[in-house]
Amino acid sequence: MKILVCIKQVPQKDAPLKLNESGTWIREDVSYEVNEPDAYALEEALRQKEKHGGEVVVITAGPARSQQVLREALAKGADRAIHLEDDKFVQLDSTNTARAIAAAVAEENFDLIVTGLQSDDFGAAQTGVLLAEILGLPHATIIIGIEKTDSGLHLKRELEAGHYQYVDLPTPAVLTIQSGINKLRYASLIGIKQAKNKPLRKVAWAEVEPKLSKNLQQIERLYVPVKQKKTEMIDGPAAEVARKVTEYLKNTARVI
Amino acid sequence: MAFKFKGVDFIGFDALLNEDERLSRDTARQFIEDNLIPIIEECNREGRFPRELVPQMGELGFFGANLHGYGCAGMSNVEYGLVMQEFERGDSGVRSFVSVQSALVMYPIFTFGSDEQKDYWLPLLAKGEKLGCFGLTEPDFGSNPGGMRTRARKVGDEYVLNGEKMWITSGTISDVAVIWAKVEDEDDRVRGFLVETDRPGFSAYDVHGKWSLRASVTSGLSLQDVHVPAKNLMPGTGGLKSPLMCLNQARYGISWGAIGAAMSCYDTALQYSLLRKQFRDQPIASHQLVQEKLTWMISEISKAQLLSLQVGRMKDEGKVSFEHISMAKRNNVWMALECARMARDILGGNGITDDYPIMRHMMNLESVKTYEGTHDIHTLIIGQSVTGIPAY
Ligand SMILES: Cc1cc2nc3c(=O)[nH]c(=O)nc-3n(C[C@H](O)[C@H](O)[C@H](O)COP(=O)(O)OP(=O)(O)OC[C@H]3O[C@@H](n4cnc5c(N)ncnc54)[C@H](O)[C@@H]3O)c2cc1C
Ligand SMILES: Cc1cc2nc3c(=O)[nH]c(=O)nc-3n(C[C@H](O)[C@H](O)[C@H](O)COP(=O)(O)OP(=O)(O)OC[C@H]3O[C@@H](n4cnc5c(N)ncnc54)[C@H](O)[C@@H]3O)c2cc1C
Repeated sequence: MKILVCIKQVPQKDAPLKLNESGTWIREDVSYEVNEPDAYALEEALRQKEKHGGEVVVITAGPARSQQVLREALAKGADRAIHLEDDKFVQLDSTNTARAIAAAVAEENFDLIVTGLQSDDFGAAQTGVLLAEILGLPHATIIIGIEKTDSGLHLKRELEAGHYQYVDLPTPAVLTIQSGINKLRYASLIGIKQAKNKPLRKVAWAEVEPKLSKNLQQIERLYVPVKQKKTEMIDGPAAEVARKVTEYLKNTARVI
Repeated sequence: MAFKFKGVDFIGFDALLNEDERLSRDTARQFIEDNLIPIIEECNREGRFPRELVPQMGELGFFGANLHGYGCAGMSNVEYGLVMQEFERGDSGVRSFVSVQSALVMYPIFTFGSDEQKDYWLPLLAKGEKLGCFGLTEPDFGSNPGGMRTRARKVGDEYVLNGEKMWITSGTISDVAVIWAKVEDEDDRVRGFLVETDRPGFSAYDVHGKWSLRASVTSGLSLQDVHVPAKNLMPGTGGLKSPLMCLNQARYGISWGAIGAAMSCYDTALQYSLLRKQFRDQPIASHQLVQEKLTWMISEISKAQLLSLQVGRMKDEGKVSFEHISMAKRNNVWMALECARMARDILGGNGITDDYPIMRHMMNLESVKTYEGTHDIHTLIIGQSVTGIPAY
């Protein structure tokens, strides 16, 4: 199987975040890491390759610093990497990101494309699905099990409230992977050294720009929620108070 | 309960590292977080070395990581140092075990060993399938190893070894001991031997009652008429310089390791001080005296990082001298001990329990201050270097 893994570099989960001057995104001087579900997508791709042979290619769209996530993937065992390298990729919405990735891999015929379920920063959960649409491939989301069959793939999806769904897809296909599908491996120190000699292709902004259009989605303003403390005293007979409290919890707070 | 380690980088230190350096550090950090942190307090309490981690450490390339070939990772000295930092962030005892295996056993075999010795031992030691120890110190000779009494006598094509070694890390769990001895028919020149620990006349026993490095094994070795083939002599060794070269490797790693222990203490104290409230419902972090301690710690950690990084860069360029490594070891272990004491203070009563890692680090660091050249011996090394006058 020839597998493509889409990996995004995101701010570290517990990094203290500061807003940028225009209040539209965070300041860049934080620590970054691999988006968590993407790490699981990579692990799953490596396991499929170990079982069925083939090739694992990793791709990211982001500034120079995001090369780190490709290096890490190569150190863990990916065969080669593609870096859509430009600061401008950070501002793209999901549609344009999917378009850029689709353009960069137009010449390649992957049997399987895996992405994380969603990114830890924007959380849109759109890139994988849109990529499938652009490439004209079938897709399935929130995958927690992959089995290769004669006709394609037998997949397990996670639904709400502890329910699962099994689906069969032909290949080529696009899957978005849920965290926890497997146990992540570490990059070995030897792997880190070997990663240096693996091919890494850079794709410039200009190469994919013709395929992009104006962002459909834009962040207008980002702000830290202001803490508010408001206490309301409800007086009256117990039954009346209880009725008012339940009403509040149901209709205003919407927690029951 | 202890806090999850958040990493420490005040001065944008990470920007001084390349991708491989950061990746090596992050791999080691994750490995320690997942595998050592959950069990270390129990190991420390019970005085147990977590041997179950050895195979995976071998697989990931943590042993002899800065050696080239023989299944070793071929890391730079900076990458190796950052790995040591992460191990000691976990525990000095476990870092000590890796230091001994790497810098005091694999390094001398790599540097002084015959091809046969290298081909046989290095791949096994790199995988962790065999463990080693380093026998230099004796009951009566610590800071002054040149006085050692252990002797090797050549008889036919064998050497016969006699002597006592003391404070030997990993002694009772080792398959091979690097034993330093004076060779009688070479005018008492110090040379190194590879002694398989199952040879008749070789015995090892554990030092009990330790209040420090409880998660690592510390042993005494006794050699009574131990016969080894002449080919077990490491041909490249000659004089006290040879074991001191090994110690230089290990000391370099310790200078980074100490930063890890300090980071653990600082990070714990910082997180605790923001949560703990005393007087007017204010976090203790809001008091000037507490801030002064946190400021001292983060300043010293940042300075120590720069010192070790520069020494590491010089080592990678082949330009480092032993007195540079002495400065890094001496300064960083001292500052780590001070951090441990201040951090303990900030945790008040909670600081003395093993719900938090601080007291364990503090006790561990007392050994680290003493071994691989005591703090004061490094003072004398630096003193001689700047004055030209030996003051031992
Ligand atoms: C947990 C642990 C693990 C160890 N692991 C190993 C190992 O694996 N292999 C190994 O070979 N050794 C090992 N050692 C031994 C260690 O290297 C020695 O403890 C160290 O060299 C100090 O020697 P000593 O304990 O005999 O102290 P001493 O040499 O007796 O020193 C005692 C004090 O006297 C001071 N002093 C000595 N000479 C002078 C001087 N000229 N001027 C001023 N002050 C001086 C010292 O600084 C120190 O404060 C280990 C030690 C410990 C505690
Ligand atoms: C082994 C042991 C036995 C004990 N036995 C007893 C006992 O028998 N009976 C008993 O009643 N208590 C006992 N104690 C409790 C002991 O008195 C407290 O630990 C001590 O008062 C400190 O309180 P704390 O641990 O809550 O630390 P905290 O008060 O939380 O202090 C934490 C840190 O914050 C600093 N700090 C706090 N406020 C300020 C401020 N305004 N400005 C600057 N710095 C500040 C402190 O100096 C310290 O560094 C015992 C403690 C221990 C460890």
